[in-house]
Amino acid sequence: MANPCAVIGVGQTEYRTKRLDVSIAGLVREAALRALEDADLTFGDIDAVVIGKAPDLFEGVMMPEAYLADALGARGKPVMRVHTAGSVGGSTALVAAGLIQGGVHDRVLVVAYEKQSESNATWALSTHPPMTASLVVGAGGYFAPHIRSYIRRSGAPDHIGTLVAVKDRVNALRNPYAHLKIEGISREMVEMTPMLWEPLRYLETCPSSDGAAAMVLASESAARGVNRPAWVHGAAMRSEPIFFAGRDTVNPQAGKDCAADVYGQAGITDPRRELDCAEVYVPFSWYEPMWLENLGFCGEGEGWKLTEQGATAFEGDIPWNPSGGVLSSNPIGASGLIRFAEAAQQVRGLAGDCQVEGARRALGHAYGGGAQFYAMWVVGTEKP
Amino acid sequence: MSSSAPNHALEFPGGYTRSVGPVIGRFLTELRDGRLVGVRTASGRVVVPPTEYDPEDGSAVTGEFVEVGPDCTVESWSWVPRPRRSHPLQRPFAWALIRPDGADTALLHALDLGVFEEGAKPPRELRTGMRVRPKWRSERSGGIGDIECFRPDIAMINDSRRTEYHLPPGRALERFLEGIAEGRFLGHRCGVCGKVYVPLKGLCPVDGVPTTEEVEVRDTGTVTTFAVNNIPDPRAPEVPFVSAYILLDGSDLAMLALVAGVPADQVRMGMRVRAEWRPREEWGATMANIKWFAPLDEPDVPFAAIKDHL
Amino acid sequence: MNTAVVAFVQSAHTGEDTGLSETELLAPVIAEVKQKSGVSRFGFTCSGSCDYLAGAPFSFVAALDAVGAWPPISESHVEMDAAWALYEAWVRLQHGDIDTALVYGFGKSSQGDLREIMTLQLDPYYLAPLGPDQVSLAALQARAYLESSGAEEDDLLAVAARSRAAGRANPYALDLPDPDPTVGYEVAPLRPYDVAPITDGAAAIVLAAGDRARELCERPAWIRGIDHRSDAHQLGARDLTRSESAALAAARVGVGDVEVAELHAQFSHEELILRAALGLPDGVVVNPSGGPLAANPVMATGLIRIGEAAARIHDGSATRTLAHATSGPCLQQNLVCVMEAE
Repeated sequence: MANPCAVIGVGQTEYRTKRLDVSIAGLVREAALRALEDADLTFGDIDAVVIGKAPDLFEGVMMPEAYLADALGARGKPVMRVHTAGSVGGSTALVAAGLIQGGVHDRVLVVAYEKQSESNATWALSTHPPMTASLVVGAGGYFAPHIRSYIRRSGAPDHIGTLVAVKDRVNALRNPYAHLKIEGISREMVEMTPMLWEPLRYLETCPSSDGAAAMVLASESAARGVNRPAWVHGAAMRSEPIFFAGRDTVNPQAGKDCAADVYGQAGITDPRRELDCAEVYVPFSWYEPMWLENLGFCGEGEGWKLTEQGATAFEGDIPWNPSGGVLSSNPIGASGLIRFAEAAQQVRGLAGDCQVEGARRALGHAYGGGAQFYAMWVVGTEKP
Repeated sequence: MSSSAPNHALEFPGGYTRSVGPVIGRFLTELRDGRLVGVRTASGRVVVPPTEYDPEDGSAVTGEFVEVGPDCTVESWSWVPRPRRSHPLQRPFAWALIRPDGADTALLHALDLGVFEEGAKPPRELRTGMRVRPKWRSERSGGIGDIECFRPDIAMINDSRRTEYHLPPGRALERFLEGIAEGRFLGHRCGVCGKVYVPLKGLCPVDGVPTTEEVEVRDTGTVTTFAVNNIPDPRAPEVPFVSAYILLDGSDLAMLALVAGVPADQVRMGMRVRAEWRPREEWGATMANIKWFAPLDEPDVPFAAIKDHL
Repeated sequence: MNTAVVAFVQSAHTGEDTGLSETELLAPVIAEVKQKSGVSRFGFTCSGSCDYLAGAPFSFVAALDAVGAWPPISESHVEMDAAWALYEAWVRLQHGDIDTALVYGFGKSSQGDLREIMTLQLDPYYLAPLGPDQVSLAALQARAYLESSGAEEDDLLAVAARSRAAGRANPYALDLPDPDPTVGYEVAPLRPYDVAPITDGAAAIVLAAGDRARELCERPAWIRGIDHRSDAHQLGARDLTRSESAALAAARVGVGDVEVAELHAQFSHEELILRAALGLPDGVVVNPSGGPLAANPVMATGLIRIGEAAARIHDGSATRTLAHATSGPCLQQNLVCVMEAE
């Protein structure tokens, strides 16, 4: 089976609407150098670099790994670029971990970023070839109908989305890197904001951020003697086609299969009880109850009850997104990696004010495309 | 690429807004003032154009900026007998790697050797080792283009981008749009699973096999689910507008389309709709033949009948 | 984990748009590689493609329709030549829990202006705003190489002539005439025949590990070593006359006595630089398929090199072969894969 893999360094930038103080390389280096500093390493110690980001159209730089190789000290080293839509941050982490698990390298630097302020995400995402037969209107326009289906199917009351929007923004107040920090955030405040794509209100959607995140991953020998590594207990990716007859878009099979795979590897049978917290890709409020069901934290149709009961709050029995999540910071290509990194920080006991007390096992999750691409890992304090 | 006008372009309106950070920013600022600077690396070399890092090993550079040039040496060159529209000079010129005196690395720029006929051979004086200087623009704005080009000693002389394409619709979409041009919705039935896909794809995404059996379905269908959009879109008549998944009668896959002719707050899951076609004389091989889907005067379909299409 | 190429399929590449979408170009290739390998469900799937080539974001989403990703599959994508997708799949097979992988790549250079699209991959501050195209930069490297090596333009002509002749004998490559040495420069010192042609195409490979490879293929092409390395991006910060990263990858892989080498040389001089970097003796047969100078479906070209080098082992005409793939301007990134019969 695969070799053990540890997270030994994590670095994040401050997430902002516009990081006008740095170039693209400057942004990426900020995260990379912080991760190296955390691991007490330099570029010279790194065997390989894996870079992830969402579509190149965002910054108008095609295959930017070529240009970024110099900035990441990668001369003479292997450099790879992963792109799997919104799940890319998670997939990038898994490709990097795969290099360790496959016994190819001992220390891998993984970096993901997005500098959305260089253009406009809606433009980049809505650039369709001519003659397309279908009408798709931005990410919110794509996901809102499926949220409506969830509400209809589960019978969830209307205010559940609002609860998630508030909870994640309250969590963000404790996170020094978070983009949206809304003092006094409340249900009333969320409900006063305009309906963008009914049933989604403005404050129920993620922001558009500039930012980068990085991790240093290490083999068992390279992690020896390292201060507080996080160990990978399970890692998996799954994909399914975007449109096909009989597809369950609310509770996609690929997400269920991916979760079953990571839990199987980690020996988890009851995720709500056996995990201490989860960093899950929730770009629109309602995806928390939807993913609670998809990831097996409860039965189908029951997710909204966990949210309503406060089970996923910072003080709840299974905190979801103690960092504030994608709803509080969303440099698209990095958002998945941030989930994976925050999960690692929790089990390393290095999550600062976002630390869930005694966290020893955590889930990192990312999804993308038409809720069709999934990447997940379970990390833990103990070496597996 | 074919010589006709392109039918598709990627061009972010107004151009990408690139923040440059402190090192590139310093270089560009000096450039605007007519000076060429490099940055010193930890190992003592001078990198031009300066980056935040030493391209050798990625280590951070020192904060020391060094004025270099204006005398420079050509380290390598290529000759462009027929410049492209995107090139900085519209007559034959050279691309050159140019190392300013005092620098350890070279920068890429255009080298102007005077007036030549299109297709001209490289001039004899163009050679590696040749000494050149920058030609500054009189109006400078802080970009690499503040140097109009380089030119030989003594003798003489924002990031907008657009990529154009000719994208074919593909055989399947072309066939589907042929049907639409005749007012018909065409689908394919998969030979393995028997499901009908409209628009036809030519393959079944589940079974991964080609499909060929053509099926015509009606222009009526059922709204499975929808969003009410309050953000304007050029394809929609007004705000709010409804984008809905519509399961055409006889199809097994709902397609996303506009629903109108009914107030947005009266659209329902299970609502029956029909395509609202533009006048026949305006039809072409395009989805624009259909303005939107409008409600039919029929009872709603029960939720149980659509729940497997969500 | 011992891993081998057990099946390779490519499209009949074309020099012009035939009206097919990328997915339509790919679908028959996937169907054929499944049939040829006898495998329809894979432990891992990985692809390489480029949004800017396709003219829209997420080019890999529609392509997934050609794979039959149901029930859901374990799958990933690199925005690089599919040779790097094969590398990712090879790494995944090293974990030891799966024994097959599907890799594919596709690209249609006919849809846009490839030379200018490739400009978009340059440093966005100092290089891309100047608008240097791919051929101009390659010519810059050619000049540096010719001057340092003493090679002549006739040596480039010889590479082009041999590649085109080989391509005419390859049913999948383009049918290009013998180069005309009197034709003018495209960008001096490169003439049109020194430049890989605009090509549309797709390719797929099936990898298998251990005994599974022996079951699926009579003569598996065992991957004895695979490695890739990057040079600096800034052209002025590296020695253009050599390919340090290709040499480094080759040293790590261990080239040995290869009989055939398939090189991802998109310009004539790149073959000469790569021969030196990889330390290939004169007796090695280079690009018997015609190589990229005879067919260059961008994003699949590197993967095809691996497929062609493996095919020489499958058909018994060679026992040890080398494949090379590149990415980035002027051979910035280089991948080397050495394969061998049992």
